[in-house]
Amino acid sequence: MFTVTVHHYLVVSAILFSLGTIGVLTRRNAIVVFMCIELMLNGVNLSFIALSHFLGNMDGQVFVFFVMTVAAAEAAVGLALMIAFFKHKESIDVEDFNLLKW
Amino acid sequence: MELLFFYLVALVAVLSGILVITCKSPINSAISLVMTFFCLAIFYVMLHAPFMAAIQIMVYAGAIIVLIIFVIMLLNLGTAVQARTSHCIAWGSVVGALMMLLSLTFLKGGETTTVQGEITKEVVAQVGHTELIGQAMFTNFLLPFEIASILLLVAIVGAVVLTKRKV
Repeated sequence: MFTVTVHHYLVVSAILFSLGTIGVLTRRNAIVVFMCIELMLNGVNLSFIALSHFLGNMDGQVFVFFVMTVAAAEAAVGLALMIAFFKHKESIDVEDFNLLKW
Repeated sequence: MELLFFYLVALVAVLSGILVITCKSPINSAISLVMTFFCLAIFYVMLHAPFMAAIQIMVYAGAIIVLIIFVIMLLNLGTAVQARTSHCIAWGSVVGALMMLLSLTFLKGGETTTVQGEITKEVVAQVGHTELIGQAMFTNFLLPFEIASILLLVAIVGAVVLTKRKV
């Protein structure tokens, strides 16, 4: 009864993912939205590693490695986009991101 | 004892996650995010994945967060971006809370499988976690690994092209 099961980790993972979702939906600062996306990715990573450990399989951890790679690429390109946008509009409010709207 | 420690770390992780989405200043959010990443690294150590914990701290807390803080300071925004209107926040929170509720309900109703692979914690202790990751990555996942390296190259070139001045 007093051991940590896979459910405990999955609950924490679900809570972190939902917190990230709430942040993405409720914040207007693009950098904070970006950080909330990182929070969601980390929630997913936690469930991958927890399941990988409790199932005795290495694939989940390799997948976490790839998620981290994509997160790093996303950070580089996303922040470069924000800097380019800030040069253009002097703002990083997501409400001002409307260049592709018609 | 382990459960108590787990609850402590989980509490810190969730609290700092809440701080990430509620702090007015983006710098405070970034610092709280570092706290969450450290708690997740502790979880990874508890799950017998020390290599992943090291990568978590190096890549996330060391590289990505530093990049984010760098951009925040470069743009020097402070709290210039105003908050959303309250009904937007309410609806966003309702959607997020519903999602949390749904996933927790599924978790509560789910059954734990008894399937057990060959990687037990004794194997991890004997062979070494990094070796196991390397074995998996360079045999079964060789093609995705190469694709990931191409992705990183494209990201580097893209970041340079996006931020350079027009010549």
